[in-house]
Amino acid sequence: MRLSEADSHALSGASPVPDYLHDGTTVMSWLNTRDHKRVGVMFLVSVIVFFFVGGLFALLIRFKLLQPGPFFMDALSYNRMFTLHGVVMIFLFLIPAIPSAFGNFVLPLMLGARDVAFPRLNLFSYYLYLTGAAVALWGMIHGGADTGWTFYTPYSSTTPTQVAPILLGAFILGFSSILTGLNFIVTVHTLRAPGLGWMKMPLFVWSAYATSVIQILATPVLAITLLIVTVERIGGFGLFDPARGGDPVLFQHMFWFYSHPAVYIMILPAMGVISECVCAFSRKNPFGYKAIAFSSLGIAFVGFFTWGHHLFVAGQSVFVGGAFGLLSMFVGIFTAIKVFNWVGTMYRGAISFKTPFAYICGFLYFIVFGGMTGVALATTSLDIHWHDTYFVVAHFHFIMVGASVMAFLAALHYWFPKMFGKVYHEGWGLVAASLIILGFNATFIPQFLLGNFGMPRRYYQYPEHFQALNVASTAGATLLGFGFLLIVIYLGIALKWGSRSTESNPWGSKGFEWLTASPPPTHNFDEIPTITQMPHDYRTHEPSGVIRVA
Amino acid sequence: MNELLRRLLFLPEQASTFARDVDNLHYFVILTTFVMSTAVGLTAIFFFIRYRRRSETQTTPHIEPKAWMEALFVGVPLIIFTAWFFLGYREFVRQYTPPIDSMDVYVMGKKWMWKFAYPDGPNSINVLRVPAGQNVRLLMTSRDVIHSFYVPEFRVKMDVLPGRYTQLWFNATTPGRYQIFCAEYCGAGHSIMRGEVIVLKPQEYEDWYSSQKRGLADRQDGQPTALDFAPPLGNLVDQGKRVAADQGCLKCHTTDGTRHIGPTWLDLYGRREKLSDGSVVVVDEAYMTESMMEPAAKIVEGFQPVMPSFQGKMTAPETAAVVEFIKSLQSDAVRTGPSEGPAYAPIRGR
Amino acid sequence: MSHEAEAGLPPGILGHHFSSLARQNEAARLGMWLFLATEILLFAGLFTGYAVYRFQFPEAFAECSRHLELTLGTVNTVVLITSSLTVALAIHFARTNRPRAAAACLVITILFALAFLGIKAVEYTAHFHEKSLPGKYYAFEEVKIPGAAMFFSLYFLMTGLHALHVIAGMIVLGFNCWHTLHGRYSSRYYTGLELGGMYWHLVDMVWIFLYPLLYLI
Repeated sequence: MRLSEADSHALSGASPVPDYLHDGTTVMSWLNTRDHKRVGVMFLVSVIVFFFVGGLFALLIRFKLLQPGPFFMDALSYNRMFTLHGVVMIFLFLIPAIPSAFGNFVLPLMLGARDVAFPRLNLFSYYLYLTGAAVALWGMIHGGADTGWTFYTPYSSTTPTQVAPILLGAFILGFSSILTGLNFIVTVHTLRAPGLGWMKMPLFVWSAYATSVIQILATPVLAITLLIVTVERIGGFGLFDPARGGDPVLFQHMFWFYSHPAVYIMILPAMGVISECVCAFSRKNPFGYKAIAFSSLGIAFVGFFTWGHHLFVAGQSVFVGGAFGLLSMFVGIFTAIKVFNWVGTMYRGAISFKTPFAYICGFLYFIVFGGMTGVALATTSLDIHWHDTYFVVAHFHFIMVGASVMAFLAALHYWFPKMFGKVYHEGWGLVAASLIILGFNATFIPQFLLGNFGMPRRYYQYPEHFQALNVASTAGATLLGFGFLLIVIYLGIALKWGSRSTESNPWGSKGFEWLTASPPPTHNFDEIPTITQMPHDYRTHEPSGVIRVA
Repeated sequence: MNELLRRLLFLPEQASTFARDVDNLHYFVILTTFVMSTAVGLTAIFFFIRYRRRSETQTTPHIEPKAWMEALFVGVPLIIFTAWFFLGYREFVRQYTPPIDSMDVYVMGKKWMWKFAYPDGPNSINVLRVPAGQNVRLLMTSRDVIHSFYVPEFRVKMDVLPGRYTQLWFNATTPGRYQIFCAEYCGAGHSIMRGEVIVLKPQEYEDWYSSQKRGLADRQDGQPTALDFAPPLGNLVDQGKRVAADQGCLKCHTTDGTRHIGPTWLDLYGRREKLSDGSVVVVDEAYMTESMMEPAAKIVEGFQPVMPSFQGKMTAPETAAVVEFIKSLQSDAVRTGPSEGPAYAPIRGR
Repeated sequence: MSHEAEAGLPPGILGHHFSSLARQNEAARLGMWLFLATEILLFAGLFTGYAVYRFQFPEAFAECSRHLELTLGTVNTVVLITSSLTVALAIHFARTNRPRAAAACLVITILFALAFLGIKAVEYTAHFHEKSLPGKYYAFEEVKIPGAAMFFSLYFLMTGLHALHVIAGMIVLGFNCWHTLHGRYSSRYYTGLELGGMYWHLVDMVWIFLYPLLYLI
């Protein structure tokens, strides 16, 4: 087929195969596409839109917290605001952000495949995402829930606000995430290029694989839990209702059985991005390839046995608390292995300080600090003071924003030329990166201190001695907001008016996704490459040195 | 040293026997965290300066970690984290095991207030009095949703669950007043579900406790007590005032005309309220009773349907008393606004 | 299209991104196994709930279980197991190039599924009449132990979710039947039918766990 196509091009003298962006430009050609790259781009646009929606909620919350008393909005609006902030950021941004957007785009490219295993299912997963988002949005507009994104019973089964559509939205989004995970696992198993053994796979693929395992094993449990809460609200089934003999803490167990591993759904792909970027910008092979690869699987495995550390003060026994505390330490160790190996990768490399590298530096600092405060929270007795205070809020924002969003931004800048064939303005990139890293610290370090000081989370009003730190945090959040806005502006300009990248591999990266043109042609490769070397092998500098076209 | 670190980290005062030990562990944990993250950051910066890219086609050697490095990468965090865990767990077991000689206080959380009851009689709302230097065990349960009892100065916290009891103990060292927070999100009034622990010197506590037992409790700090322990009450209005405080009505409804989570009760009786569906209702006995039993049925415009139902939680006389209390709350202010046609004329008193 | 023609397959079966049909079949089967794993975990949540409340209310659960129609439950079990056999036969016929026999077996399977749902409906009607309903609607006169309402909440959740899966399975098998009649499956390619069969076996398996939990113990 390709031969005849090439022949026809040769005969007509037309340009070679168009890239995926120009292969059909109608709206339908996007909406009905089976191309993993287009699905990835559609996911990318959607998650960025929802990131700004969630961010707007965050800014409104921070604005209210400038004053200790009632101010700007009433208690119920405030409660809805933080619920929606959590729901949007977690289910509509963080969970699909890196796997569904960048994973969809680069995973088949890295494997030397022409598409994911089930392209139609992939598109269906995107439509499920849109449906889930629409249902959740409908609920937000028609009242919104005020339960917090954790939906703790019996509050969530009794509050008169619109919880059911939000639950249903999260339920549907869960299935979107399951299908993406399923697709990735099958793709990795069956569509690796010749010569690409498991131990040659790029580290991003390893982390995406580990993420997919979690998505498949944990998400159904969330789905059934949310379903039970829904029937509880609608039909009064009473499974989590103490008045009917139900156990509200059972909900917390089932919820965290998903939601703790879900944290790793958000962070593991970020770790994969960092593994790629550290190598590319240090021009170095990954230090401890096996250690990084297997620690991803280790995190995915141990992540399933730590949920109880969310319930240290929920009345579980001392022994259970201890067991979960100890198991939680292991997740920290796997993360530490990765961090040391990333730093090791820089050793004797050739480091170039481009925007993605700035985010890597931010990421490394935030994940060590955020990760270690996480382990500190799992240190049973300290959790008693910190549980449900701003310390917890600051900790998980260090991981979710400090690590995941930094990695998302690193990926956005690193793969921007790959996806669109354009270059962005490096100077503005560095300005935005420093704004964001600075603003981030200014937002969340005061929140650590607020937690120490004893301010519980989800507080609409607070005693006056907490005000100074809250004002500092709000100031930081404003800075952070400007940083994100700046990125949208200069990337938008690059997309519309930016110069076309002259080379198809502007970073000189030896990741496998750069083996094809940028932007890639519709079916990625004219000929499936045969892989002969490890990814990121910079012993030679010929751009195609790792590949031998069969 | 302790004081310096405590202030640097914004930790509250240390007012219980746990506080000092928990804080020491806290300092150790936070300091190791700082050292580790700074070490990683500095190493990265050093590598960046030392190994800057010198040409665009620079090649680099292939380096694999040696076995001892991998061992170090696993070993160092393993040792640190296990140390944290064992230090923390020892303290955790201590916090979870109330001593046998503890004095018991029963705690009930409900939207959005705390009730405390001592085994042989006295009880109070939102104010817990305990003697200094005495082990106190709280036996806690909730009437509606999950709450969490939290006193930052004592470094103690425990969820308060409906349908079961949880316990928590502490030994307060310094007399003084300490704020109680609800740390588990419980709805519109979550952030105002606060109370106070008053730690008294043992002798003062004895005095207070015996005076409570003599039944002078409620006069002393203006805190109404539950009906069961109160002496026979005078008129319905006074009774209603007590019930309203007791049931937590006043957490959301003010009696001085200011707007809060719910409509104010001042001049409520006889007022024409516009409802969220656009219709108008005159507040009479029937509407007030309905609103207590089925709050979501008719919501006043501009307010949210967050009020819990009091069906089965208040007896008929209690309901009547609250209605009478609301009726008594009439200001003498001249009614403003356009005059409207004759409505039901409010009847004062009975 | 060319490499489909090479393999002698009708169009629309082999994706452009797969090098061979064998590889694609492997992918499809792996995908289905993973999907079945998620289905099992979906039910696992309910099984956990069952375990917790059975432990909490042992007498009520035993008593309520005795008030279910054991005969109807058993008949239903037999019906479902037989339907698994007919699905397996359908696959057998398809791969030995007997599409009409295969389609007949699929139709029989769907009829069995309908019978299963019918019997379930009879049971549900009885529950509605005697008011052995979940949670707050529970007003069954014969069992008044605490925890009885919980049993029926779980009973309706589990059997209801299972019934939804039966309906989904019927739709899948319906498509399979249509494809069989239109000559999509043969000894060369029958993976689509095989996947439908796998799904049906899962529906059957879940019932094999539900039946003893709800009716027997």
